[in-house]
Amino acid sequence: MRAARSLLAGVWEFVVGDDWATAAGVVALLGATALLADAGVGAWWLMPPGVLALLGISVLRAARASRRG
Amino acid sequence: MSAATTIGSVSGAELGLLVSVFLACAVEAVEALTIVLAVGSTRSWASALYGVAAATVSLAVIVAAAGPGLTSLPIGVLRVVVGGLLLIFGLQWLRKAILRAAGVKAKHDEAQIFQRERTAAAAGGGAGPGFDGYSFAISFKGVLLEGLEVAFIVLTFGSGQHRVGAAALAAGAAVLLVAGAGVLVRAPLARAPENAMKFAVGVMLSTYGMFWSVEGAGAHWPGGDAALLAILPLTLLASLALARLLGRAAHPAAAAVTLPAPAAESLSARAGR
Repeated sequence: MRAARSLLAGVWEFVVGDDWATAAGVVALLGATALLADAGVGAWWLMPPGVLALLGISVLRAARASRRG
Repeated sequence: MSAATTIGSVSGAELGLLVSVFLACAVEAVEALTIVLAVGSTRSWASALYGVAAATVSLAVIVAAAGPGLTSLPIGVLRVVVGGLLLIFGLQWLRKAILRAAGVKAKHDEAQIFQRERTAAAAGGGAGPGFDGYSFAISFKGVLLEGLEVAFIVLTFGSGQHRVGAAALAAGAAVLLVAGAGVLVRAPLARAPENAMKFAVGVMLSTYGMFWSVEGAGAHWPGGDAALLAILPLTLLASLALARLLGRAAHPAAAAVTLPAPAAESLSARAGR
């Protein structure tokens, strides 16, 4: 049980790292794209600005955290 | 997916895949080389190289075991999973590269890491005449941990394009190149433009991640594969702009006269500074 838990923690750390909010944002963007596509709306335009916004927020948060030490 | 541009039998999208895997693997190999050189030169070359061999075989087994499972998934599911993972992974690489390029986060200093690893290896006690467990373990761990990221990129990138074998070959070529350079120089490759390479890999992973995840989610890019030619420069320019803005905010006086950080790093490395 403990081995499985530490394996899961390792996978989480490896894939998501120290920025779970960006990973959650990517999942949310994918969900919204799938919903729009399912509704017959061309949804390709959602991802690029969404991803760049996530990147900007992530970088600014990390920079602010770094300044705080 | 139809290929927008082809060079021989390789489409533009596949070429991008191979370049991304090559660069990602080269960066990780530079970092692994530093550890192996430090342990080998301080304690035991033979044991350190056994560690490298064992880690390489382990990584090959991981890729060989997971590759067929991934490629057998239906293409839509595969693209959502692979695209989403690449996107999350690519944004992590890009965030760290932007922070380093802007001077907010310290860059990898291979010479400093080499000295630190040598000190730790020397402090681990003297190596006997035979097999040295310390050298083996440190080399094995270093190569395996650095290599896991590459194995992940080979698997996700390769399966998204159904070219796991070609991606593994690109990774192998990068390892050979870095190992060859290490043998020639007999020192850590401190002048490799690591952050510029990480920046490029982050841009590529994010670009392909966006492309595949949108296709997997059921939407379609206008122009098919050719959309990559718009997503890639958009991601690159936005990332460079972020690095520049952050650099200006962090170092107002220096930023007025500097090039975009990845370009400046690359030029400095070439000039041998």
